[in-house]
Amino acid sequence: MDAVIDNLPTFLEGFRNTLGLLALAGIGAFILGILIAAMRISPVGSFRGFATVYTEVVRNTPLTLVLFFCAYLLPYLQFTPGYFQLAAIGLTVYTSPFVAEALRSGVNGVHVGQAEAARSIGLTFGQTLSFIVMPQAIRMVIPPLINVFIALAKNTSVAGAFFVFELFGAARQITNDRGDAVIAVLLAVAAFYLIITIPLGVIAGRIEKKVAVLR
Amino acid sequence: MTSVLYDVPGPKARARSRAISVLGIVLIVGGIVALAVVLGLPKTSANGAVQPGLWDASRWDVFNDVQVWRTLGIGALNTLRMAGVAAVLALIIGVLFSFGRGSDHAWVRVPTTVVLEFFRGMPVLLMMLFILLVFSTGSFWAGVAALAVYNGAIIGEALRAGIKALPSGQREAGLAIGLTPIATRFRIEFPQAFRQMLPIIIAQLVVLLKDTSLAFVVGYNELLRSGNYNLSQFFGNRYQFSFFFVVLAIYLTMNLSLSWLARRIAKRTGPQTGKLGKPDAAPPIDPNLVDPRALGAQSRSGL
Repeated sequence: MDAVIDNLPTFLEGFRNTLGLLALAGIGAFILGILIAAMRISPVGSFRGFATVYTEVVRNTPLTLVLFFCAYLLPYLQFTPGYFQLAAIGLTVYTSPFVAEALRSGVNGVHVGQAEAARSIGLTFGQTLSFIVMPQAIRMVIPPLINVFIALAKNTSVAGAFFVFELFGAARQITNDRGDAVIAVLLAVAAFYLIITIPLGVIAGRIEKKVAVLR
Repeated sequence: MTSVLYDVPGPKARARSRAISVLGIVLIVGGIVALAVVLGLPKTSANGAVQPGLWDASRWDVFNDVQVWRTLGIGALNTLRMAGVAAVLALIIGVLFSFGRGSDHAWVRVPTTVVLEFFRGMPVLLMMLFILLVFSTGSFWAGVAALAVYNGAIIGEALRAGIKALPSGQREAGLAIGLTPIATRFRIEFPQAFRQMLPIIIAQLVVLLKDTSLAFVVGYNELLRSGNYNLSQFFGNRYQFSFFFVVLAIYLTMNLSLSWLARRIAKRTGPQTGKLGKPDAAPPIDPNLVDPRALGAQSRSGL
């Protein structure tokens, strides 16, 4: 236990970097995901095709390989903004198709009858989207989106293997220093991750229940 | 759905959308070609040395060496071996978890739930490190155990959701003909739930296959380590990109074929589950669009 208390500053620094990665990659993936989702449901065939290929390729590439590319190959191309930023880029790219799929399934999940009803009472395309379809889609999209961000929080741990000092990096360093207290140190790190993931999961569950009643 | 949102486009609108589409193709293809050309240009590094472009033959000649292909093959086999062992264990653990969580006794159900939440909320990588350091199992079993436990927890949740979604008459009928509760679960409910959830389970196995690359970090010689790391350490940085592309291609082949299989099974089992389950035929489940409600919160954690 003293190993945990002695190294608390190291843990907190790692935790801060994990949160930073989560925020940066989360925002980035959200923006990129909206773009991809918009391309995916757009009437323009070529955009749709590109978005589909992008989604399939990125989703079937292991995260470790993406981060390997960012940490080893991008610097080789003389692109060196620092490992934290590189990891954030990698996580952004990796998470974006999952965000896009969550958004798309939300929009597709709105019942066709809703749009038909809106059209038949004479609403225009813009009115149908902004008053009828989107308010329902956004509600349905939030729980899966939160799940994507929970996964992102856990995925930031992979960045720790590629020269970023976040929670997993802190775990590696402290377990090297204190080989006698491995279990306590790793459980402490696990607790830090659970601090992020469990509240998010509870929020997602709450919203899900609310949405289920509304529909 | 889009066709509902606006009137059917006339000739003018159709021509315009075709023009935008062509423009889009030109933009996308042009962007890819430009990227390829830029990558192919010889580059000058900071100290003034000029290196050949990425498509130069001198960066790819290493693939004439049979030994390279053998190393890649062994790496791919190691990846598949880890995924195979972990998948079998994950299925077993998943079944156990689903029974534990669906148990009638609170002293079984509550601890199982706590353990399951704990496993699902933790990064696989941390679990691998934990098992490696605490149990000193060696990197292979550390990877297998962490993947099995983590994916087992998720598969267990999927199976539980599948059992819960069955009509209650199934269980009642089983009990009514004199089966014990456990026999009912095993012989009546479980086979139906398993079939209904098969696409989700296979999608989770694709995630498992992808996640074997995490064993790279704990030092297991799987495809990423042997292909990207060891080979480019041995042959020099010059070949890093070539190795990366080849490893990426191998991963994509493995994962896409498994995903394709999942989709086919989803299509095939869809109508059948309708017959077995509720009278309304359930729409076939797209494994890539796992309904969050089917798995409970945090289900997409598998990414």
